[in-house]
This record gives sequence, structure tokens and C-alpha cells, in this order.
Amino acid sequence: MKQKAGRGNSKAVSYNKWGYIFLIPFFAVFIVFQFVPLVSTVYNSFFENYRSGLIQVGPNFIGLENYKTLFTNGELLTYTKNTLIMWVMGFIPQIIVSLLLASWFSDQRLRLKATSFFKTVIYLPNLIMASAFAMLFYTLFADGGPINLILMQLGILQEPFKFFSSIWGSRSLVALMNFLMWFGNTTILLMAGMMGIDPALFEAAEVDGATSTQVFWKITLPLLKPILLYVMITSLIGGLQMFDVPQILTNGKGEPVRSTMTLIMYLNNHLYSKNYGLGGALSVCLFIITAILSLIIFKVSGNDKKAR
Amino acid sequence: MEQNMNEKLDKGLNIKTRRLIAYIVLIFLTFLCLFWFYVLFINATRSNGELKKGFVPIPSTHLIENWKNLRAGILPVWQGMFNSLIVSTLCAVFSTYFSTMTAYAIHAYDFKLKKPIFTFILAIMMIPTQVTALGFVQLMTKMKMEDSLIPLIVPTIAAPVTFFYMKQYMESTLPLSIVEAARIDGSGELRTFNHIVLPLMKPAIAVQAIFTFVLNWNNYFIPALILHSDNKKTLPVLIAQLRSADFLKFDMGQVYIMIAFSIFPVIIVYLLLSKFIVQGVALGGVKG
Amino acid sequence: MKKRVLSALLSTAMVMGLLAGCGSSAADAPAADTSAGTEAAATTEAASDEGAAVAAGDEGSVFNIYCWNEEFKSRLTDHYPGYEEVDGTTGKIGDVTVKWNITPSKDNAYQNNLDEHLLTQADAAADDKIDLFLIEADYALKYVDTEYTMSLADLGITDEQLVNQYQYTKDVVTDSNGNLKGASWQGCPGVLIYRRDIAKEVFGTDDPAEVQKKVADWDTYKATAQEVKDAGYYMTSSVNDTYRTYSNNVTSKWVVDGKINIDDNIMKWVEDSKTMYDAGQIANTTELWSDDWSKGFFQDAKVFCYFGPAWFIDFSMAADTEGSVANAGGWAATEGPQGFFWGGTWICGATGTDNPSLVKDIMLKLTTDETIMTDIVKADNDFVNNKPAMAAMAADTNYKSAVLGGQNPLRMFCTGAESVDLSNQGAYDQGCNESFQNAMKNYFDGNATLDESLEIFYSSVEEKYPELSH
Repeated sequence: MKQKAGRGNSKAVSYNKWGYIFLIPFFAVFIVFQFVPLVSTVYNSFFENYRSGLIQVGPNFIGLENYKTLFTNGELLTYTKNTLIMWVMGFIPQIIVSLLLASWFSDQRLRLKATSFFKTVIYLPNLIMASAFAMLFYTLFADGGPINLILMQLGILQEPFKFFSSIWGSRSLVALMNFLMWFGNTTILLMAGMMGIDPALFEAAEVDGATSTQVFWKITLPLLKPILLYVMITSLIGGLQMFDVPQILTNGKGEPVRSTMTLIMYLNNHLYSKNYGLGGALSVCLFIITAILSLIIFKVSGNDKKAR
Repeated sequence: MEQNMNEKLDKGLNIKTRRLIAYIVLIFLTFLCLFWFYVLFINATRSNGELKKGFVPIPSTHLIENWKNLRAGILPVWQGMFNSLIVSTLCAVFSTYFSTMTAYAIHAYDFKLKKPIFTFILAIMMIPTQVTALGFVQLMTKMKMEDSLIPLIVPTIAAPVTFFYMKQYMESTLPLSIVEAARIDGSGELRTFNHIVLPLMKPAIAVQAIFTFVLNWNNYFIPALILHSDNKKTLPVLIAQLRSADFLKFDMGQVYIMIAFSIFPVIIVYLLLSKFIVQGVALGGVKG
Repeated sequence: MKKRVLSALLSTAMVMGLLAGCGSSAADAPAADTSAGTEAAATTEAASDEGAAVAAGDEGSVFNIYCWNEEFKSRLTDHYPGYEEVDGTTGKIGDVTVKWNITPSKDNAYQNNLDEHLLTQADAAADDKIDLFLIEADYALKYVDTEYTMSLADLGITDEQLVNQYQYTKDVVTDSNGNLKGASWQGCPGVLIYRRDIAKEVFGTDDPAEVQKKVADWDTYKATAQEVKDAGYYMTSSVNDTYRTYSNNVTSKWVVDGKINIDDNIMKWVEDSKTMYDAGQIANTTELWSDDWSKGFFQDAKVFCYFGPAWFIDFSMAADTEGSVANAGGWAATEGPQGFFWGGTWICGATGTDNPSLVKDIMLKLTTDETIMTDIVKADNDFVNNKPAMAAMAADTNYKSAVLGGQNPLRMFCTGAESVDLSNQGAYDQGCNESFQNAMKNYFDGNATLDESLEIFYSSVEEKYPELSH
């Protein structure tokens, strides 16, 4: 499947200008709607620029002062840690369940019934607005809520467990909600990728007597690689930018003891005062962290060569 | 099957156990997924006062009353649904169409800036959007696009995440030989894209269309800052308005029924689009 | 946007929603119907030329009002002579078109929107300029203490015209130079609301005067809490119930010379609450409006008292629900240890308005006109910001609160309204109060020491207000 065979050079050039033409809508819209705010994010990170009530302070050029503030108060590290912990707590079960489901659904031999029902159902939680979802979580996980009641009736707990007052309780709820909202999404992505795999390959494998596990590791996974890479990268980015679930679930506080405060929630705190200086610096740091980690994934997966 | 006895036995057992495990896990997950809709429904049937008691798993009797109260208020719920449908549908269409086009540009053509542009778009994806949100609103005010649905729709044309997915999907399923073949047949480039590439991308488009639709259906932050007239507001903004109601009118029962009301269309759209993913659009045409 | 800003949390939204209103209603009146019903009558009757006369002259033809819910709109529709509703977000007063810019308060959207427009107010076309906007007490000074809000004197409103308003409602909107810059039609003084059955069981009486002796100041209040606990009940549902009572009675501001300052009374709240919570006298540490908190409204709960204003009693305690204490009229009210208020909406004129005389007239009619305000009491059950009107109601022996088992609590509210002293309000109140309660929860829960919790408070405030230090 290598790019174009040796063809007339002039012809190739005339085709390839279409590459630029097809890029026009994206870049036109990008420049009009997103470019200015984006560039000013970076620009602002070198300025003291915030609002105290309705009074604008700055912008005054202060060089790398914002970055210095971020690195010296030590909070950046704490919140990076929180973010990664909660991401891993949600992502690992999510990717395992998604791969498992995707492999079951694509396994010809397992012959599961009602798969279209199951496939449809798993994405449904994502349709509930995160804020509405959180409302339901509160009522269920309240100190005197039904979950505690059930656990106490079963004799697992002696007295109510205060989920929202416990560090690991809160983190687990964040991870659980993230998992519920996104595992269907990931499974759908993987399934859509599997649809693209030529069914003849599976048939051939079956004829050759390959086991399901072999089919999964030798055929499904390698062919899924581009989509898997997409899932990894976007989950990583989504994970590092984790915001709405912990924000909503902890009422924007990141409590207890700021153990559920993620990087973007921290960023969001600065936006209360329209602190575009510190906020910008934080964004740039976050961008660099994300870029490095993404690059690692690209390298490890060996996909960078294929990215052409 | 032409395996020997031993292996056959082994495998048969294996499959039975595996099938059982699969069903148990699937049923458990199904419960986890559907449970929330049940809770939502229960809460929509309860009155404001009853909701203060905490959750009770038995439906109450206030469903119709809540709905009547909601309709008796001044919030234009049907207009809100219409606005939400317009915004989300157009976002889904624009975002998927143009992202596929952008991805196709990178995937199918060879040009000098190809690699830097690809890297650039990936980089945009990694920049947190929170900081730019308020700048965006300021920009829209300057461009006189306040209180209009346009700033909610048009920017989705440049959607790096959707682009990235399309690009990856093409990599695994769209052989360039098809494009070459079309060229030999004399098809123009735009025609090739619209009539040959797009249909082959259907599952990917369906997936991203769902995601984009849902994302915009539930989007609150930017619409709340852009839309000011009641008849332009989308459902999440109206729900928030219902929640910030004054004391006389504050009623969680209404809030829950409005949430339930606003979930219906997404479910329908999802069920329609999910056919493409779930039941499997044959991709027989794509062979390497 | 601070933490609260982007949060889509139920309880936050609820609190904001609740703060927005200071209304009370007969428990059985479906809220939405009240305004819809009276609306038609009010408009036809009021479509006189009076409104037109106000708008006459060379003032602007578009009147822009910024607010976060429908409350003020229904007040204007029902009670302002000459207001005609055109559709959901437009109305007419004479020749002037009234445009409503309603942005929900959730995730700070209202303030973000208002800020952007106020800051560009000078360059806006006359028809786009904000003329009037609404604010709440928590963040009043953020707007009042700037040149973006007009002083009432500049609008031509004199002190004599405002003489019947409660002093605390003026303190909220007085800037640092002593200029009055807004007015409210509501008063939201609060009282201590206790369960009659528990009072009888523990103290042998449910008479408000007797119970008041048990909660007259914080020391007796704490002693009483132990009595209540020994009888198997909790004094309050959450540690946060008493917060307003302490924070409304501070003797210093949150910020002094750019440094964060924690008032002694606030620290007293921490100490008292910690002691009481650890002694099992307070049920939990959850936020107000959470499920665990509101459970105490019901018979089978063990919560002795709540703190709240009139709207809270009439509308928030689930009076219309079977099994609630309010439904059975099982509550009673007494002054409590200290006066406080909760809620209320203030009207401000925006500098640069092209309709100053209409702004003035709306303020005068809705916040000083005794006839209109008495109408508001009758139609909407608000506690209005007018001493003679409320004094008359307090003296009315026919006025009985069903929730309070027939007690007329208005006299207590009137006393409370007089006693609230808000001279130590500041522009940082909203952010500081929120951060403080959040941070202290860690201390109460035992997740952090007092010092660690204070550190969390400081960093949270400094994130919100970068100009501050500690």
C-alpha cells in the first residue's frame, strides 16, 4: 500500500495541489476562529495579566516569572501526579474492558447472542450530560445514600463510608465516572477499526486452525494499530486534560485536601481572575508534557515512520 | 473441523467457559450502563420535596405534574430542542465532512508541507482549550456574532481530534489503489473524494458524527456565554437557567424531567447512527 | 472563572439559584403559575400612559437588563406600571423596548458575561449599552466598588426616599467611599428554625421565648447542643449551617492592606464547629443542599435546627411533601445566637446608560413605593425591603405560618433585619467564604490539620485573587 507508483511526475504535481486545496477549509476556519486566542495564550504566558474584580492588571512583560512561580510553589507536580493517578485508575480498566469487548464481539467462534444490543448499550452513559450524571452520583453515593445503605445491609460496612470526604473514595468515584462515560466510546472506536479488517483474514485464520487468542494477537491487534494509537494518544491527551468529571464531582474544589485537583482544574482556578499570564504558562507546560508523552507513544509504537 | 480429538475437547470447554464469562461481564456492564437511566427516570417522577429525601428506587407519581409545570414556565423547551438539534446536527456534518477532507489531503497527497502540517494539527490537539475559551468569546463579540448559532457551528470545521481519527482510520482501511483507479477512470479529485472516499469512510464518519453530536448536544460553557435570547438558547443553557431559578420557581423535579426530555433526541440519533457501527456496514469494497 | 465557575455541580447551581431568590410562597401554589396568572391582569391594568411619560424625552429607545433568572422579570411584569411583555426576552415600557439578557449563574456564566459587557460599555452603541443589571450580596462590591455602577445620588435618588429600607440592604451596595450604588426590593434576614417535638422532649417546652434562652449566644448554644445530643439528636445537619451567622457578624474584612485576614468570629466558627462535630453534636460536614443535609427536613431525621430566612422556611423545607416536618407544621422560629441574612437581589444602574430616568423610576417604584411593595408581599410572598410594610404584616395576627405551626415569625425577621451589620463586607467575600468553607471541611473530616487546611485556603484564595498574599 505504498504511496503512488512511479507515474508521470507532472501529473503527480497537478494532483498534489489538491492536497493544499483540501486543507483550505480547515485552516481558514482555524485561523479565523482559533488562531488569535491560541497565539495569545503563548504570548500571555510572558506577561503579568489578570483581572482583580473589574480592574485589569497588566499586561506587563515579566519574562519567565510565571513559569518560575509555577515550578517553585511545587503545586504543578502535585496536580500532575493527581491527574496521572486518576487517569491511570480509569484508563487501565477502560482499555482492558474495551479490548476484551472488542475481541469478544469480533470473535467468530464465540458466537455471542444479542451483540448488537450490547454494542449499543455500552455507549449510552456518554449521552447523559456530565453535570446530570454527577447529580445522580451524588444522590447515590451520599453518606446516607442507597450505595451506603446496601453496603451496610450486606454487612460489608459497619457505618456509612463518606466517599466525598475520603481521598481514595473521591478518586475512585472520579475514575468510575470516567470509566463509565468513556469505555463505550473506546469500544466503539476499536470496533469501528475492526470493521475495517477484511473478514477473509479471519476466515483464513480459522481454516488454519488458529485459536481465538492467536487471532486476536496476530491479526486483530496489528491491524488495529493505527486506531489503537489514536485511542492511546487521545486518551493520554484527554487524561492530561481531565477536567469536567473531577470538576463537577468535587464541585470544582478538587477536595479532599486537593487530592482530586487536576492540572486543568488548577488552570481553571486561575481563570477565575482571568489570569491569562499564569494560565498561559500553565497551558504551555501542559502542552510540552503532552507532546513529550505523545512522542514516546509514537516512538514505542513505531508509528512515526508510517506517519510520513 | 479437522483438529484432533484432544484439541477439540479442550477448545469446546474453553469456549463454553469463555462464553459464560463474556455473558456475565456483558450483563454486568449493561446493568452499569442502563442503571443511570433508571435513576434519572425515577427522579423525574418525583416532586421537588420528595427529591430532598434522597434517592428511593421506587417511582413516584409526579411525572406528568413535573412536565406540566415545566411547560407552564416561560422556558421555550421545544425551541431549545430545535436549536440544540440544529447546532449538533450541523456540527456533526461539518466536523466529519471537513475533517475527512483534511485527513484525505494528508493521507492521499504528497506535498512539501505535508509532514509539518500533520504535526501542527496534532500539536493543536494537545493545547488545552480552557484558556482560549474566554478569548474566543471576546473575539465573537468583536465580530458581532453574539447571540447567534454560527460561532457554535462553524469552528467545528477545524476539529483536530476528528481529523486525527479519520487519518488513522484511512491508514488502516483506505488503500490508495482505489484512488488511483478512480483517477484512471477520469474522476475529478473532488468527485473521487465525495463519491468514493466518503462512502468507504462511513463507519468512521458515523462514529465521529455520534461523538460530535453528543459533545455539542451537551455543551454548556461557550453557548451560555454566546447566547442571550431565550429563543436562541440550547437545552443545556435552558437547564442551567432552570437550575438558577429563583425560589418561587425552583423545582428539581422540573430539572430532572427537562434532563430526561433532553436526552431523548440524542438517544434516537445515537440509535440511528449506531447501526453503521453495530450492525456492520460491509467493507467488502476495501481490499488491499 | 474560579472553581465554582466551571463547575456544573448540582449543589452549586442550587445554592446560586437559591441565593437568587428571596421569595416565599404559599406551599401549595405551583410556583410557575403564580407569575403567569397575575401577569395578564397586571399588564392590562397598567397599560396606562404613566409608563410612557417616564420614557419620554430624548432618552434611548432600548433598555438592556442583565440578570440570571426570571425573577426580576416577573416582578417588573407584575408590579411596574406600564411594563408590557412582548415575548420571552423582550418587553415594552411606553416607547422603550426592554431587552432581557438572561445568563444562568451556573459556572459563573452570568458574571463572565456581565464583566465583558461592562468593560466594553464605553464603546458600545447606545442601544447595546447595559442600562440596569442585578447582583447578589456575595459579590456586590465587585461591581459596586467600581465606576461601572452609578451611584443613586447621580440618578437623582435621595437618602430620604430610601429611609424605609433596612440598613443592611444599603450596606451591601455601599462602595468604599460611602456612595450608595444599588437598591433591593427584598429583605432576607434569617432566624433559627427548630423542631417543636424535639424541643418539647429535651427542654420540656417548645415556646420560642423559652427556646431562645437556650440558644441566646454561642456558649449557651454549645451547651444546648450537648443536651440535644444526649437525647439522641443532632443540633444541626451540617457544620456549614451556622457559617453565615458567624460570617455576617465579623469585625474585620477578609482582606486588609492586600493581605488575607481571617476574622476572629470566623475562627470561632472553626473551633466551635470542630468541637461540636467531634462530639457528635453535628450530623455531617456536607455542603448545604446536598441530600445528606436536606434529609433533616423529614420527620424520621434527627436534626434539631436549621438557620434560614423567610423564603427558606416557606419554600425549601419540603412543606408540600408528606412526611416532612414542615408539612406537619412541626417547626418553630426564634432569633438564635446572632442575626444574619441569606439571599436577596440588588438592582444597579450601569454607568453610561442612555435611560437614567427609567433606571431611577424602576428603582424607586420597586424598592421604595410602599403600595407596590405591599402588593409584592401579597402577590409573591416576598419579605420586602420596606419597614412600615413589614411592620404592618408583623402586627397582623391573621398572618400565620403553617410550616411554623401557626407562629407569625415576621417580628423576628424584622428584628433580625435591623440587627445585621454588614459594614465589614468586602469585594473578596464570595471567593473567600467559599474557599474557607471548602478548606475547613478537610479539618473537620480529619483529612488535614488546621494549619494544613489554612494553607489550602490561602492558596485557593491566592489563585482566585493573584494580588493577595498572606
